[in-house]
Amino acid sequence: MSASSVYLDAATAAPLHPVARQALLAALEDGWADPGKLYSQARRARQLLDAAREAAAQTLGVRADELSFTSSGTTAAHGAVLGGLAGRHRAGATLVHSAIEHSAVLHAAERHVAAGGVAHSVPVDRVGRLDLEAWSAAVRAPGVALAALITASHEVGTVQPVAEAAAVCGDVGVPLYVDAAQSVGRVPLPAGWSILSASAHKWGGPPGVGLLAVRKGTRWESPWPADEREGGRTPGSVNLPAVVAAAASLRAAAADAAAEATRLDPLVDRIRTRVAAEVPDVEVVGDPVLRLPHLVTFSCLYVDGETLLHALDRRGFAVSSGSSCTSSTLRPSHVLEAMGVLSHGNVRVSLHRDTTESDVERFLAELPGIVAGLRADAGVVGL
Amino acid sequence: MPDEVLDCRGQRCPLPVIAAARRMPQVPVGTVVRVLADDPAAAVDLPAWCRMRGQEFLAAITGPDGPAYDIRRTH
Repeated sequence: MSASSVYLDAATAAPLHPVARQALLAALEDGWADPGKLYSQARRARQLLDAAREAAAQTLGVRADELSFTSSGTTAAHGAVLGGLAGRHRAGATLVHSAIEHSAVLHAAERHVAAGGVAHSVPVDRVGRLDLEAWSAAVRAPGVALAALITASHEVGTVQPVAEAAAVCGDVGVPLYVDAAQSVGRVPLPAGWSILSASAHKWGGPPGVGLLAVRKGTRWESPWPADEREGGRTPGSVNLPAVVAAAASLRAAAADAAAEATRLDPLVDRIRTRVAAEVPDVEVVGDPVLRLPHLVTFSCLYVDGETLLHALDRRGFAVSSGSSCTSSTLRPSHVLEAMGVLSHGNVRVSLHRDTTESDVERFLAELPGIVAGLRADAGVVGL
Repeated sequence: MPDEVLDCRGQRCPLPVIAAARRMPQVPVGTVVRVLADDPAAAVDLPAWCRMRGQEFLAAITGPDGPAYDIRRTH
């Protein structure tokens, strides 16, 4: 019997929302022209782009002219960090960021350091929550140009104290950039930020669309070669059909977000409880309460992460891992490392609108046997 | 100084942790075992294993043999 497929990696990319599919197909018809030109085809494209921006801005609670569509969430994160630093270079050259930022943010920070800037990483506790005292000290130090905090960890789901972190930034006039990729379209956004980035394929939009919002009054300077499109914040033509699909699906996802969170949250609780009870020597990580409604991560002692992913895949389960053997660099996830939790045998499960209770039940029914089988193969039973 | 050395250089995760887990019950309580492990995951996983198993993680050191981790059997 071949196992049916259960996709549990929405935190990487959620399956395309039906509203996104519909909007994408419609926009392919008349969204191909360059919205910057002066003929009727271009005006139609411009109308679509304006409507998409208006809808997405409304969902985020920002003004339309504060929002740009980028070619990916990664590009939006790079622009947020480098543009936020460039706009405040007179204030200083220090970027303060949490130790658990997405690699896109950390890679932008590396670029900043290579160019002579300073990056100050602020630690998290065992559940992956920001050390606010250390954050406060770092942000209040002289020469801080920008602070960056992920709204909730993309690897372990722990929600960050953004309002408190933003209050510290507000005290000393340091703009706060939030990577909201795992929050937008799923949970209400925190207040107090100046720059935000998000990624459409995390909420069921198409891949290749990012959001970059820069609030009025924020000093932000484009780190890219000059280009007047998208408010001058990101160069190149937008993929208009994909942008239209992203905006339409964002509105749909946000409208259903509360109901979806109410449905998925108990399923995550069930996974946390049952995995801890039914798989021996497992560490379920992240905050059990202050967490995203759709994401849970655990590590299985003595099990190789890559082998576990392949074994789950053979049974039809698609999940992600922060174990070093699954990364191209062969380094463990910097998030698990910062938390000081087991990094091998790591599995991240993330749910979405198509995930059913029976999907979760099948995963929970099969996981203990799969882990036990791998431990038996490796000769580590009873260690 | 450690009482004995467990050479796990060249081994990928989770092999150094498995080697430590195999060795610890064989040494007397109080023994300090130095695990040599150059896989970067060992820096995270050996302390985590000690916490999960109630053993004592003493220190991570970088010596002439590369990264090393001292663990004491406490029970």
